[in-house]
Formats: sequence, structure tokens, C-alpha cells
Amino acid sequence: MATTPNPPVKQNRIGLQVIDYRGSKSTLCAGCGHNAISERIVDAFYEMGVEPEHVVKLSGIGCSSKSPAYFLGRSHSFNGVHGRMPALATGAAVANHKLQYIGLSGDGDTASIGMGQFVHLMRRNLPMIYIIEDNGVYGLTKGQFSATADIGSRLKNGVVNELPAIDTCALAIELGATFVGRSFSGDKKQLSALLKAAIAHNGTVLLDVISPCVTFNDHEGSTKSYKFMKDHEEPLHDINFVPAFSEIDVEYDEGTSTEVTLHDGSKMQLVKLEEDYDPTNRIAAITRLAEARERNEVLTGLFYLNAAQPSFTDSMGLCDAPLSSLPESVTRPGKQVLEAIMEEYR
Amino acid sequence: MSGIDVAPKQGTLIVSTGQPVVNDFSIQVATVNGSGSQSANAVLMRSIFLMGVPVSGKNLFPSNIAGLPTWFTIRVSKKGYVARKHTSEILVAMNPETAEADVKKLPPGAMAVYDEPLKLDALRTDVPFYAVPFDKLVAPVAPEPKLRKLLRNMVYVGVLAHLLKIELPDVELAISKQFNGKKRATEVNVAAARAGHEYAAANFQPARFTVERMNENANKIIIDGNTAGALGALFGGVTVISWYPITPSSSLIENLIDLLKEHRVDASGKATYAVVQSEDELAAIGMVLGASWNGARAMTATSGPGISLMAEFTGLGYYAEIPAVVWNVQRVGPSTGLPTRTAQGDLLSTAFLSHGDTKHPMLLPGSVKECFEFGVAAFDLAERLQTPLFVLSDLDLGMNNWVSEPFDYPEKPIDRGKVLSKEDLDKLGSFQRYKDVDGDGIGWRTIPGTLHPNAAWFARGSGHNEKAHYSESPVDYVNNVDRLARKLDTARTLVPAPVLEHSAPGAKIGLIAYGSSHYAVAEAVDQLEEKGIAADYLRLRAYPFNQQLAEFIAAHERVYIIEQNRDAQMAQLIKMDIAAADAVKLRSILHYDGHPLEAGTVTEGVVAQEQK
Ligand SMILES: Cc1ncc(C[n+]2csc(CCOP(=O)(O)OP(=O)(O)O)c2C)c(N)n1
Ligand code: SF4
Ligand SMILES: [Mg+2]
Repeated sequence: MATTPNPPVKQNRIGLQVIDYRGSKSTLCAGCGHNAISERIVDAFYEMGVEPEHVVKLSGIGCSSKSPAYFLGRSHSFNGVHGRMPALATGAAVANHKLQYIGLSGDGDTASIGMGQFVHLMRRNLPMIYIIEDNGVYGLTKGQFSATADIGSRLKNGVVNELPAIDTCALAIELGATFVGRSFSGDKKQLSALLKAAIAHNGTVLLDVISPCVTFNDHEGSTKSYKFMKDHEEPLHDINFVPAFSEIDVEYDEGTSTEVTLHDGSKMQLVKLEEDYDPTNRIAAITRLAEARERNEVLTGLFYLNAAQPSFTDSMGLCDAPLSSLPESVTRPGKQVLEAIMEEYR
Repeated sequence: MSGIDVAPKQGTLIVSTGQPVVNDFSIQVATVNGSGSQSANAVLMRSIFLMGVPVSGKNLFPSNIAGLPTWFTIRVSKKGYVARKHTSEILVAMNPETAEADVKKLPPGAMAVYDEPLKLDALRTDVPFYAVPFDKLVAPVAPEPKLRKLLRNMVYVGVLAHLLKIELPDVELAISKQFNGKKRATEVNVAAARAGHEYAAANFQPARFTVERMNENANKIIIDGNTAGALGALFGGVTVISWYPITPSSSLIENLIDLLKEHRVDASGKATYAVVQSEDELAAIGMVLGASWNGARAMTATSGPGISLMAEFTGLGYYAEIPAVVWNVQRVGPSTGLPTRTAQGDLLSTAFLSHGDTKHPMLLPGSVKECFEFGVAAFDLAERLQTPLFVLSDLDLGMNNWVSEPFDYPEKPIDRGKVLSKEDLDKLGSFQRYKDVDGDGIGWRTIPGTLHPNAAWFARGSGHNEKAHYSESPVDYVNNVDRLARKLDTARTLVPAPVLEHSAPGAKIGLIAYGSSHYAVAEAVDQLEEKGIAADYLRLRAYPFNQQLAEFIAAHERVYIIEQNRDAQMAQLIKMDIAAADAVKLRSILHYDGHPLEAGTVTEGVVAQEQK
């Protein structure tokens, strides 16, 4: 019989292990940026101690949109149609405003076919985390340019993109999303911090995560390759996130940080690289993004945050219980109501 | 062109000048769109209703906000016929643009009330004219010019009340109903009606067309199909609505919103429902699917162009097996077509909406009462069958007012279908989402938020196996779509069965119709009988069909399928379902000019083909 005690299993604050947050094995290409993002999502939900049964995953179509299968296996998931994840998410969130929603999309899924629904979701400030796994190409259909491909970038077959890229972050800020940031699939620290902060935010979180497609868009001439990102990434500030329920000390310099209180009471420290950057200033955020684009730099970090804006479901005046849970006694008015209505029409 | 049609063709009475006609005529009010004649026409119709006489009203309006001609016809029929009738015996000519043509269309012996300055009386000698100085009459009633324009219309109600012997207290009650008892509105409108009545009484003899009190409307209501459908959704327990406006479906949702605001707020004033006006119909159906999947009772309403946009998502709903209730209030034509006219042209495109092998159950209400009943049942069926379900109404049914028996409170409790709870899972341990455990083609589902580690399943429109795992296996694919076909067979037993509306002893021919065609067909059955042609009449109320349809066809030598589209869509759908030997019996009577079907069209169609 074993004589040595088992090493203590690591658990989060609700007693679950990281394995409880994993999904099935990825079928994406080895090295695909999307896989790294899935791992960060697993970690973030584990570390934040979110009950997996309380999370709802949604996606469109594309390699990126397949990834909900690869994290949070205990959460329900709806893999929809191309570009239409926002509608599914909106219906779902309205049906049950007590669950937590995370949507996975691609740059094609969002900025091409799905642009119509994307802008309306941002405008509604639907409470959800919306992640664009942004590789500048249509991975699943074998590498055509998407609308986020940078002007001048070149496909493997030599085709050069002549059109300007759509900046989904600038657009999201413009339209009303209340938590907007950009990161890189390979930047564990920054992406984890952003995701954890996103989990605590009530409102639309838009995270554009540059996620190189190793098969079709990770070569010289591509602006969304690992190499390009390493050379051009310009983080806006370090982000440390302190959940309200944990006592972790964070290293930050009081003098150079902005403390932001999130909707659920948790606080986020934004360690500024630049003294004057204020993520609550919409106009400044849009300006910074435009400037970075002019300089051909990929600005990362949390660009914009507004924790005070009520979310879509908050502003609907919904009853406390989720609509999905209402019993017949609430949803079907009584016989006398029908009789009174009939009288009106006599 | 005289435009005069004689009775045998239209099924109306031939009336010679001077003979009194009681409770059997049509009134046509010709106005300009946006001139506010709707209230006056509704009051006129309700006044006749309050006199206990069977009455129906149809609005023929343009796709325009203001300025184009519009006609409202009211049919008074002691026999209870409510289908459209081609000719009107009484014209109220308020629109200078169309007045001349409208007068010329009147049958001999008809009558015309007109706005005096139009000077129509020289146009015909075989029609009595009643010139009414509307502006002069309305001036003392309404000081403000804007109000005057609206009240002119109420003046013709008063004029007609005198001419047709509609009793003034009934008119006044109808006005008060129309304006929800609002004092000031009721008062001025009553004053306008009285002004018309007084003027007519002083200047004209009552006409030979009169309304005489009957007792056919005790307990009945007047309602349009869209309001009835909205009531169905309210009592069906809808919780999430997403929609994008389109004629003729918008009023269904707008009425529903009003009803929900009144009847679905909890004690703390919070809504027990949500309405999202979506960015387009793709989003509307997407939100419905997202909400249904997440446990809500969700619906949308649209018309042809919206249905086309919903195609891809509908396929997802079908294949991932997500309930959805979609009202398709049909209008005319491909593309934008004739947005304010009626048709039954979406039958095929709805039944097979989306690519691949897809098929959807459809409910086909034939009355406002069925709009209510099917509006309730649609949710139970969609959730029981776990699939998008369509309710096909049309503009005629949806936007016109109909007299109806009052609606009955739903007898059955709400059925949410096969849903596993946490407690169920505690017992079962786990489940397989798409496994046909009951042999009816319908698996069990869980709702997101169910607090059990094995509750989650992965909904997707890509290939999947019984466990809802991704699969490209040919065996899994075939299993899955064959089960979906079995599910549609289950649907046959659950959807509303056809109704044998008429059976004639020894009838060799059968008539089949559905939806708003019913009223013309019911009238045509009587007309055919008068001509010595006995016919049975089966009214279909849903797709997929049940055995009764095949039996009906088998039992007759020839079967006429009457519908409002060019391509005999119902006939095609039926042919897919019945034996080849029976398919040759089918003949079609098709009407698709955008106007509601008339009995004469059906009668003529049957007679002509029977003579072949
Ligand atoms: C309506 C429709 N059109 C086209 C396709 C084909 N298609 C599948 S994925 C995809 C592009 C996906 O690109 P992106 O969203 O960037 O995802 P990635 O694969 O790059 O992660 C396309 C065009 C589809 N599935 N549906
Ligand atoms: S094709 Fe590109 S995007 Fe798709 S899985 Fe492979 S690396 Fe990822
Ligand atoms: Mg992509």
C-alpha cells in the first residue's frame, strides 16, 4: 500500500480543479494561436473560480469558432452559423441574464460576414465577452484575406492586400462596447490579466487577440505573424487584476496606476506605461489606436473601460428570475384576463 | 369598360332597380391613404355588427404612407358569407383621383354617396347619387383644420346610417368603442356622425339597401388575425421576442408588445418578457434560436423577404434541433412584390426553408380564432418537436377585421417538451442529447444553467452523433437525418388535424383549401350545390399532413386544391406525400392577383373543369 501521502490537488475557490475547465482535445493545427487562447481561457475561468455550469459559450464558423469545444467542457455551447454569433448570444443573454457569456469569433466571422451583427452587439453593450481570434485570414477556407488584414500584407501565393484593415477595437469603442482591448495569443501574462478582468466586467467586452495562423499567415510579409508581432507590439500598460474575493497582493506603483472598480466590486489596476493614458477616455482611446495604426504598430492593452454603463439586459427592466425559468403561473395570464380582453373586442 | 359583373359569376344577388335589399350587399369606401378613414370604416363595420348582422371588412391599401388611393369594402351578408365580393352596391366616393372609375364600376341599380364638389352625378343615370357637402357639415363640429380632415370621414358614417337604416345608438356605441371610451374623441366623432345623419335625413329618402337587426353576433368579437396571433403568443407563455418590422406582420408584434406591457409585469413592475427589435431578420431568428436554446419561449414574426433572410439560421435550428416559433404573415410575390396585398405564396419556400434536406412543420390558421389557438399551440409544438415551427397566416387574415366567436382559454397546461432537470440527471448520471430513446425521433435536452456536471451538450450545425459530438461519419449522418424524418412523422400526429368542413352525400369531387381561402370556398360549396354539383370540402390546418388527407383524396374521383399562388404549391406538397395513383386526381384552382379570394372564382373554376 502506498505510504506516501498524495500531493494536495490544486483547487480554486469553489473547489474545482483546472481539469474541470478543460475541453476536448483541439483539432486545430499545432501551434495555432487559437489554441493558446483556449488555454488562457481555461486558466482565467479556473483562477476566477467561475462555476462552469454558469458559463455559456457561443461561436460562429471558422477555425476560431471551433475553439469553444476545446475549453470549458462542462459549459453549454452553441456553435452557430458564420458571422451570426452575436444574434445567438443576444437571444441567450436575454433569456437568462444570470449566466456568463463568452463568444468566440474570427476576424472573418466578425469583420466580414458578421459585421452587421457585430456592430449591433457592441452598440447594445450586451453583457458578454466577445473574443476575436484575429489572424487576418480565413483559416478554415485556406487562407484568403480577411477585412482585418493590414494593407500591404502578402499571402503565401503572393497576393497583396490593397485595402485598409478594419480596426475592430476602434469600432467597438465608437459603438458602445464598455471594455475594449487587444492582446496577443502568445502574451500569457497580458492576455490572462485581460481575460480575468473581462470575466468581472458587466457589459460588452471586446478583446481582439492577434492569433497567428501558422498554416496560412505566419510568414514574412504577414503583419499577423509571430515574428511581426514580436517586432511591432507596443503594450499600452501592464495590467494586473485583483478579483474582489482574493487577497493577493499585487505589485504596482501607486504613483503610476489608475484604479478602476469593476461592476462586481473587484478592482483593476492599470499600470501605465505612459503617465497620461486614461482608459476611461473614449476619444483618447480612439486617437491612440489611430496613431498606432499610422505608425504601423500594434497597440495592446486595455484601451477603454466604462464600468458604470448599464448593460443591455440591465436596461431592459427584466424581472429578477431568468426568463427561461419562469413557470406557467407567471407566463400565462389567467382566464379572467382573456375574458376581459374578449369583452374589449365585443 | 363598364366593369359590371353579373351575379352568377360573383355569387351575388341580381337586383333590379327599386327592389328592396336587406342585409345582403357590399359597401365600398374609396379614400386617400393617410386621410384617417380607418376609424370611420371600423365604426361603420362595428355598427352593423352591433345590429346583429353578419359583416366583414377588407382594406385594400397601397404600399405608401399617404396620398395613394385606398378602398375599404364592407360586406353585409345575412347568410354569413364573409369572403370578398367583387362588386359593391354602395359606393362612398371620397377620393377625387378614383371617383370616376369607381362610379363606373358600380353595377346597375347600385348607389353612390359622394363629396359634393366632385360632381359625379352626371356620370351615370342608372345609379342614384347622394351628394354630401362634407366640408360644410364638418366645419361647425371641428374648429381645427387637421381634425376636420379626419372627421369628414365620420360624416359619411352618419349619412350611411340614415340611408341604410343603421340605428344611431349603435353607431354611437361603435364610436365610443373605437375611441376606447375617450370622452373628447367620442364626442366630436359622434357630433360628426350626427351631422351627416341629420343632413341625410333632411335631404334623402332611405335607400333600397337596408340593414335590419338580426341576432347573429351575440357574444362575438371583432378582431384581426395579427391581434389574435399576438393574444395567442401572450397566452402561449412567450418570454422572448425578436423582430424586424415588415408589412403585414408588424402589427402582430406591435400588438403583442402592448399586451405584454399590460399583462406581463410582475408585482415590482418588472417585465416577465423581453422584446428586442433586431437589426435584421437574420438576427431576429438568431436571437430566437439563442433564446430558445437557453430555455425561453421565443418567437418572431415576419413576411416573405424576412423568411428568405432566415433561411440559414432555420437550417441550424432544424439540424441542431432548437425550438423556434416563426409567424409568416404572407404578402404577394417574389422579391418586394406587392407588400400590402395578400397571397399564400410562401408555402414551399417555408416548408423547405434552408439547404440540405430540411423540412419544417407549418400551422395554417384559417380564422382569427385559429390564429389565437395556433398562436398558443405553436410554442408547445415547437418545444415538443424541438424544431423551428412556422405559422403561415396572410395579409387578409392578419390585417383585416373579422367577426369571430370569442377565444377559449387554453385547456392544456404549457408543454415544454423533453427537458431534463438537474434532478433527472442526478438519477440518470448522464444523457445523450440526440439519442432516440423514446422511438419518436425526439431526444432529450438540457437547458444551459442546469447545475450538473454532465448537463452540457454542444449545439452545432455541423455533423454530430448521438452524443452531440462532432462527427463526419456517414453512419452518424444517416442515423441523424433519418431520425429527423421520424421526428416529422411524429409531428403528423401532433399538429392540428384537417377539418371536414362540408360533406355532401354521394359527392364525387372533393375540395381542399387552407388558410384565408376558407371563406370563399365555404361560400362556393353552397354555390356549387345550387348548380347541382355536390362537393366535400376538407380544410387543411397543418403540415406535415396526416392520414386523413390521403383518405380524403382516395375517396374522391377528382380533388380540387384551391390556393392563392401561381404554382399550385399545396398541390405540389400533397403530391410528395400521396400515392401516385391518387396524385392524378388532383386539380388546381389558383388565384394570385393579390386580392382576397372570392367564392365566384372557386365556383367558376370547378364548373369549368368539371365540364372538361
Ligand atoms: C455563409 C457561409 N459562407 C461561407 C462559409 C465558409 N467559411 C467557413 S469559415 C470561413 C472563414 C473563417 O475565417 P475566420 O472567421 O477569420 O476564422 P479562422 O478560420 O481564420 O479562425 C468561411 C468563409 C460558411 N461557413 N458560411
Ligand atoms: S488553418 Fe490557421 S487558423 Fe486554422 S487551425 Fe490551422 S493555424 Fe489555426
Ligand atoms: Mg481568421
